[in-house]
Amino acid sequence: MSEINLHEPEVLIREIRLGSITGFEGTAGELVSCAQSGKLTESTRSFSQCMGCSSGNAFCQLSMITDAVVINHAPVGCAGDAFTFNFVYRVGQMERNLPPSIGRYFSTNLEERDTVFGAVQKLAETVREVNERLHPNAIFITTSCASGIIGDDVEGTANELTEELGIPVVGCFCEGFKSKMWTTGFDSAYHSIVRKIVKPPQKKTNKVNIINFWGSHIFDELLEPLGYEAEYIVPFSTIKQLEHISEAVATIQVCPTLGTYIGAALEQVYGVPEIKSPPAYGIAGTDNWLREIGQVLDRREEIEALIIKEHARVIPQIEAYREKLRGKKAYVTAGSAHGHAIIALLRELEMEVQGAAIFHHDPIYDNGDPTSDALAHDVRTYGDIPNYNVCNKQAYELVNILNRIKPDLMIARHGGMTVWGAKLGIPSLLIGDEQFGFGYQGILNYAERILETLDSSEFVTNLAKHSSMPYTKWWLEQNPFTFLGGNTHVDTY
Amino acid sequence: MSTLIEQPRYSCALGAQQTVVAIPRAVPILHSGPGCSIKISDLIGQGEAYAGGSTIPCTNSGEAEIVYGGEDRLRSVIDGALKVIDADLYVVLTGCTSDIVGDDIERITADYQELGYPIVCAETGGFKSTNYVSHEVVVNAIIDQYVHTFNPGGHVQKGLVNVFSSVPYQDTYWNGNLEEIKRLLEGLGLTVNILFGQLSEGISEWKTIPDAQFNIVAGTWTGLGIADHLKEKYGTPYTHFPYLPIGGKETSAFLGQVIDFADFTPPERSAAEGFIAKEEARFYSHIERTAAFMLEFRYGLPRRFYTILDANYALGFSKFLLNELGILPERQYIVDNTPEEFREGIKKQFAEISELRSTEVRFEVDGGKIHDEIRNDPKKNRALIIGSGWERDLAKDINADLLLVSVPISYRLVLSCGYAGYNGGLRAIEDIYDHVLDTYR
Repeated sequence: MSEINLHEPEVLIREIRLGSITGFEGTAGELVSCAQSGKLTESTRSFSQCMGCSSGNAFCQLSMITDAVVINHAPVGCAGDAFTFNFVYRVGQMERNLPPSIGRYFSTNLEERDTVFGAVQKLAETVREVNERLHPNAIFITTSCASGIIGDDVEGTANELTEELGIPVVGCFCEGFKSKMWTTGFDSAYHSIVRKIVKPPQKKTNKVNIINFWGSHIFDELLEPLGYEAEYIVPFSTIKQLEHISEAVATIQVCPTLGTYIGAALEQVYGVPEIKSPPAYGIAGTDNWLREIGQVLDRREEIEALIIKEHARVIPQIEAYREKLRGKKAYVTAGSAHGHAIIALLRELEMEVQGAAIFHHDPIYDNGDPTSDALAHDVRTYGDIPNYNVCNKQAYELVNILNRIKPDLMIARHGGMTVWGAKLGIPSLLIGDEQFGFGYQGILNYAERILETLDSSEFVTNLAKHSSMPYTKWWLEQNPFTFLGGNTHVDTY
Repeated sequence: MSTLIEQPRYSCALGAQQTVVAIPRAVPILHSGPGCSIKISDLIGQGEAYAGGSTIPCTNSGEAEIVYGGEDRLRSVIDGALKVIDADLYVVLTGCTSDIVGDDIERITADYQELGYPIVCAETGGFKSTNYVSHEVVVNAIIDQYVHTFNPGGHVQKGLVNVFSSVPYQDTYWNGNLEEIKRLLEGLGLTVNILFGQLSEGISEWKTIPDAQFNIVAGTWTGLGIADHLKEKYGTPYTHFPYLPIGGKETSAFLGQVIDFADFTPPERSAAEGFIAKEEARFYSHIERTAAFMLEFRYGLPRRFYTILDANYALGFSKFLLNELGILPERQYIVDNTPEEFREGIKKQFAEISELRSTEVRFEVDGGKIHDEIRNDPKKNRALIIGSGWERDLAKDINADLLLVSVPISYRLVLSCGYAGYNGGLRAIEDIYDHVLDTYR
C-alpha cells in the first residue's frame, strides 16, 4: 500500500509508487501472476511515437472545477489542450442544463529569457492579474517540463500568494518528463486537491463521492432509493463541494486508473471508505460491486433485491445479444482499468477477445488491496486473454497487430486509434463515457452499439480502399514487438 | 507588465511539426517530452493526414534524457523511424527539454545525412518562439540541409515561382487557400510551387525551389524570412503582398502586383490580364446579385466588425469587409504575437484601410482582455466578429454574428474551404450571411 503523504508538494510518480509499467507482451494471466508476485519489470521501446503527458491529465481534472481557474506555467504550446477541455466542459454544461460559461485557462507564456533568468516573478504577476480579473475561489498552477528543468520554486510562490490573496493558490506538479504514465497527472491533480482544498470533516453526510470524468449521472438512480446522494467529482464541482468530500460515507471509482490516488487518500487521511471491488462491468463484476456497496452503505437486503430484479430484467436480453455476437473476434485498445472493463463486457457477450493493447499496467492500486485488480477479475471470471500487450499508444505496434489478426471489431477508448482499424477495413468503435457500459444496463448499451458498429462495414470497406499507409512494408512483416525490450522472441502471432 | 495568455490562439515553436506534416510524404521526428505533439495536434491538427497525429515518432524524453542527455535516445528513435515510417523526408525537431539540456542534434542529424538519408533538423524548443516564426525556421532548414544538396541553384526557370502564404494548419483554411492561390497564379501563366498540401508534388517540387524566377510572399510577415533567405542564398527576387488577398479588389491587386513583377512579354501580360478580367467579372456578377439583398434586407445585417485574427487575415478581412460588403471597422485585434519590427507597417496599413477611413489596431495575445474590451463597447448596432471558437459566448452576449477563421475553430469541420482569392471571397460572403440569415426564425 502506498502511504499518502500530504506534506510533500509532489506526489510520487506511478512507476515508483505502484510499480506501474508501460511495456509487456504475453497473456493477461501471465501479467496478473507476474504483477501479483512482484516480478513485473518494465520493458522499454527503442522506437516510439508521441504519447500523452501528465500535464494534460492533471488539467482534465482541474479545468472543470466551476469556480476555480488554472494557470499553466509553461510556454504557450503546453496550453494547446485548453480549448479541447473547454469544449468538453461546455458539452457537459449542456448535458447538465447549466448556463454557458467559458473555461478560464491561462498560460504564463514562458519565453527564452525566462529559461535563463527564471520565471517565478512572471508567475506571481500572472496569478495576481488573474485573481484581479476573475476573483476565483481557487487558483491551480500546473507545471511544465520547462518550468521544472529551470527549477522555478512554484510551491513557494503558490504559498506566498495564498497568504497574500486569501484564496488557495495551489501548485500541481505534472511535468511531462517525470513519468512515462500520463495517468500520473490524475494523481498530481488529486494530490493538490486533497492537500490544499479538502478540509477535515465536520460531520458525516449521506453523500457518496463518485470519482469520474464528466460522464452521465447514472448513480443517482442507484443511490437515491437507498437514501444516499451521489457527489460527482471532480469535474463540475465547486471548491466548496470539494472542501467537504471528506464528509462522504463512501467513495466509488468509475475507473481506478483515474481515481486510485484520491480514493485511497480520502480513506487513509479522512476515513472515507473506498469501494474496492473493480468497477461494475459485466454481470459478475456488477454483482460483486453492488454487494460491496450494500455492505459499506448498510443496505444489504435492498441490494440483494435489486440484483434479483435486474438479473431477471437483463439476462434474457443479454442472451439475445449473445446469439448475435457469440464468437465475433474483437481487439481492444484503451487505458488500463477501462480496458479491463471493456474486456469484461465483450467476454460477457461471449465475444472472443483476440488481444489488447492497454496503455499501462498498475500491479496494485494505492489502496494496496488485490481485490481491486480488475484484470485478475477478468481472468478469473472469463478465462485468460491472449496477446495482452501493454503499450502506451504506440500506433505502429497496433497497426502491425491489427494487420495480422484482422479482428471483426476494434474497440478503443482514446483518440488517434480507431482510425487505424477503419483504415484497415475493420469496424471500429470509440465510446468516451465510462458510465455508458457501467452496471447491468451498460452491458445492453454496449451490445447495441457493437451491433451498430459491426453493421457499418460499407463505410470502413470504402475508407480502407482509399486510405494511405505510412508504415513500411518491412515493418508490417516484422514481429510487432521488434522494438520492445531486448528483442524478446515471441511466437504469439 | 505580465505577458500572460488567456485563450491560446497559436502554438509554440514546436508547432511547426504541422509544417512538416503539410508536406506530402514528410514526417517530423520529435525530440521532446511526451505530450507536446498531442497538444499541438489538439490545437491545430486536422486528423492524422499522412503521418501526423499518433504516427509522429517522438523520443518522449524522460528524467534520464534530462539528466544524462538524450542523444542516444534520439539516435535510437531516428533508426526506428527510418525503418518503420515510409517517408520521403524526415525532419528532426526539438522541444523544450532538448534545447534546455543542449543535445547536439545537428551532429546526430549530420551522421545520418552522410549516410545518404533524407533527414534534416531544426531547433524548435517551445519557449523559443511561436509556430508562426518557427514555420520559417523549419522551411529554411529543409532548404539548407536537404534541397540545397540536390540543387545548389543556378538554373533559373522562367515562369517558375515559389509561394509562401498561409501557415499550414495554423491557418485552418490553409489547404483551400493554397489551392486557390495556385489556381490563380497558374491562370496568369506561371508554374507554381505551392509546397504544401494536396496540390504540392512533395519533395520533387521542393527540389526546384532554387530554380524559381521569383518568389511570392502573400502574407503580412511570416514567409518574409524565407524569401529573404532565398534571395541571399540563390539571388531569387521576391514580391511581397502584405496580407491574404480576399475578394475581388484585393485579389486583382495581388495578381496585378505579380504581373508587374513577372517580367512578362506583352502577349503573356495581355493573356494574364485577360484572366484577371474574366475572374473579376465573374466575382462581381455575384456581388451585383447580392447588392439588392445587402441594401434592402430590412431586418438587420451586421454594420460593424471586429477582427480577432493573425495579421494576414486581419488585414485581408478588414479590407474585404469594408470594400466589398460595406461593413465598417471597429477595433481590430492582431493575436499572432507579431514581432516588433513588423508592427509599424501593419499599423500604417490599418491607418490607410481605405481612401476614406482609418481604423484602430491593437496587438494583443490575451484573449480575456480582448473580450473585456469588446464587452465594454457601446452596442450601437449589429456587429460581426471574425475570430475563433473562444468568441462563441462573447458573440452571443453582444448579439454579434461570428465567423470562425482563427484557431481554435472546433465548431466547424473544414476540408477544402478557403477564403483567399475570388472564390474565397464568395465563400466568405456565403458563410457570413448564411449565419446572419440563420438567426431568423
